[in-house]
Amino acid sequence: MLKSMISAAALAAISLGTASAQTIAVTNGRVVTNSDAGIVESGSVLIQDGFIVAAGANIAIPAGVDTIDANGGWITPGIFHPHTQLGLIEVGLESTTSDVSAPGASFTAAIDVADGFNPSGGHIPDSRRRGITRFAVFPSTARGVIGGRGALANSSGRPDSLFDDRTFLYIDLSQSGAQTAGGSRNAAWAYLRAAFEDARFYPGRFMSHHEGDAINRFDAASLVSAVRGEIPIALQVERASDIRRALRFAQQHPSARFILVGAAESWMVADEIAAAGIPVIIDPLRNLPASFDVLAARLDAPARLHAAGVQTAYTTISADLYFNPRLITQHAGNAVANGASWEDAFRAITLTPAEIHGVGERYGALAEGYAGDVVVWDGDPLEVMSAPVAVIIDGENQSLVSRQSRLAERYAEQVPNGHYGYRH
Amino acid sequence: MMAGALAGLAALGLAACNGDAGETGNGNGASAGNGDGLVRFNPDPYPSTYTPFPSEVVLIQGATVFDGIGGEFENYDVLMQDGRIASIGEGLEAPEGATIIDGRGRYVTPGVIDIHSHLGVYPSPGVSAHNDGNEITSPVTAEVWAEHGVWPQDPGFDAALAGGVTTLHVLPGSANLFGGRGVTLRNVPSRTVQGMKFPDAPYTLKMACGENPKRVYGGQGRAPGSRMGNMAGYREAWQRAVEYRRSWQRYWDAGDADATPPTRNLELDTLMGVLEGEILIQMHCYRADEMALVLDMAREFDYRITTFHHAVEAYKIGDLLAEDDVCAAVWADWGGFKMEAYDSINENLALVHAAGACAMIHSDDQLGIQRLNQEVAKALAAGRRLGIEVTDGEAVAWFTSNPARGLGIFDETGSLEAGKRADVVLWSAHPFSSYAVADHVYIDGALMFDRDDPERRTVRDFTLGQPGEGVL
Repeated sequence: MLKSMISAAALAAISLGTASAQTIAVTNGRVVTNSDAGIVESGSVLIQDGFIVAAGANIAIPAGVDTIDANGGWITPGIFHPHTQLGLIEVGLESTTSDVSAPGASFTAAIDVADGFNPSGGHIPDSRRRGITRFAVFPSTARGVIGGRGALANSSGRPDSLFDDRTFLYIDLSQSGAQTAGGSRNAAWAYLRAAFEDARFYPGRFMSHHEGDAINRFDAASLVSAVRGEIPIALQVERASDIRRALRFAQQHPSARFILVGAAESWMVADEIAAAGIPVIIDPLRNLPASFDVLAARLDAPARLHAAGVQTAYTTISADLYFNPRLITQHAGNAVANGASWEDAFRAITLTPAEIHGVGERYGALAEGYAGDVVVWDGDPLEVMSAPVAVIIDGENQSLVSRQSRLAERYAEQVPNGHYGYRH
Repeated sequence: MMAGALAGLAALGLAACNGDAGETGNGNGASAGNGDGLVRFNPDPYPSTYTPFPSEVVLIQGATVFDGIGGEFENYDVLMQDGRIASIGEGLEAPEGATIIDGRGRYVTPGVIDIHSHLGVYPSPGVSAHNDGNEITSPVTAEVWAEHGVWPQDPGFDAALAGGVTTLHVLPGSANLFGGRGVTLRNVPSRTVQGMKFPDAPYTLKMACGENPKRVYGGQGRAPGSRMGNMAGYREAWQRAVEYRRSWQRYWDAGDADATPPTRNLELDTLMGVLEGEILIQMHCYRADEMALVLDMAREFDYRITTFHHAVEAYKIGDLLAEDDVCAAVWADWGGFKMEAYDSINENLALVHAAGACAMIHSDDQLGIQRLNQEVAKALAAGRRLGIEVTDGEAVAWFTSNPARGLGIFDETGSLEAGKRADVVLWSAHPFSSYAVADHVYIDGALMFDRDDPERRTVRDFTLGQPGEGVL
């Protein structure tokens, strides 16, 4: 049954249509809904035309639909990684394979990752096979503190997998941002304030002379949407004092919206962040004073943020953002090992990231009306030994094959002293 | 001048005593001791001053015990006495005055060993002043020693201890063809690196294949600028080492105290130690084809490679590694950061193990070192999904006994066998769970980490008075 469905899904992928008009039932598993229904010990999920129509216990499964038997495993929403560079880099040290930043470029806010994003990026299939169905795509900064605009994608590999672009603006005001601003945080903030003013008074300011104080006309036109709060600013800050500075800046610019990224010392100012209603994307594994920016990094920071009521999602910045976003479930598991509740930690890699990126009503939960992004696991998804046995995106069953899985299978049967090393 | 300085060392009684060293042309220069008036060198001028912390008699009762060499025993006891493993077994009797630990529902493994760390030489904070892990000034720097760059105040040691790491091997980086000597450390607080040195652990030599040396030096318009240049650079150095060794051998064999000894060369001392089999090669190599070339080179110059590190493509040549009895130290899932890491697969460790070669996990990372048990779990799970049958007990060897073998210290640690150093971790849950944390970590029977006792925790000087003081 499963097998026939996989080939059907493969055919559907070739047709490049929108989500196929089929019905899939995922049955007989522990259903984590991320909704008021909570965790249903034995239940099913029904997906029709790409959307979830029912999830929970005692769901009526229409006769004759394609069914995936979870076999007592776990059925969850797809993992939503809020902070990746998937589809932008193939090999970190080969600059020709990377579109995350452009040290020689003259643009900042005008940069749009959608232009460089490759849905067939080499590391997307392995992220998919680990249960990541949705992810945010971030640029890096190179010159000036503004990296450009990010986008949201699914991991299907389909040409239309980038489903929303220009959804946030990435700005770096950590110590690395200070370096791109010329060498100090003071300069970085001055640059940002000037860029904000340029954008606020765009286009008037650019009428008489071509350039703004900090940015050019084209960048200002792009920065406007962030200044007005139409899209949030994903602001990388780590140090508690920088976070406080950011909170003050947010207060001074009430129309703009912010997401704090990195935020290693955010636990020290958790109450202030919660009061400001600003979400945080943090890596649960950072716990060393790796720089003077993160002297107070600690493993129970996520637990402390949750306890303070901060809207908190997790990232894999310590592992990297292009090859190992797939480790996000391990990162969440370690948050649990260090005091976070399982529910908070799981939400921090599913529904909360979707909410932070403004799509929490479409992704991250198993409830009626949500996109049909479902993962079936052979165990607790936050356990390092667990893995997906089925991944469904927009109601379509996905391939769990990647270049890595092909290599592993190729060499699984060694032929000693053979020409190839594997059976050829 | 040089000879005079060395004679001075001998006069101060610093030379180790090894009577037959002269006959074997011992390593980087033999010691004095046979009164023949010949110039010899002290192979251990910065000796270990490590002494175990105070320990008690400890009996862990009723735990699931992994012995590190394949065994898994339910409802087992572990008895530590005088800093050593006294015994493991069912229903052991508690000696008088023993501290009894309830191990029910918990798990015991040998202490975690990381064969590839840069703690201390790339410490936290990672500021430019702390870049002490790579002598990026010449492609051959076999004369530098990692222990001369280790900062014992690195807070990373404490975090690694909380992850169960009792022994770690600190290596120079991979910028050079010959990066220098590595050092094996006990993970204990100390003002000096000598106070951390694992007593009598063999020295190692870090060598590096592939992209790093050619990028670093090729980028400066110097050799090596290619993989060809890498091989030429190694071979040229090995040939010099062969000739250096021959000249010392000739001098010692002649036994003429009036003869002028060869000029000492610190770089070639280390290479000579490898040729003598006393210094273990730890070779950074990613690609299968390069590892095969390096194995040929070892045959050409008649030395042994102990372990290939970062062996991302080891799974392609598991049979060759098994044949040559060379270990592979690998990651569970790092890759993609350069071309030679492009073929990284999660099944690597399990595939190498299945091919009959000695395989192990390693971190090369100050965060990864804190959860090598989880790294092994990921590699094990991936291997099983591919159909490779490995028991949990066998996989525990990947972070305990196999790295001990790769470091030449398996006689002393790496397994829970009577008489060995009592390096023990008591885990809160199965060590292959994301949720498991180390409850107790013992080094030589001394309780060095207790999750419930923050008072026992070391606060390194750097974090004292900082926002991060005492947190992990």
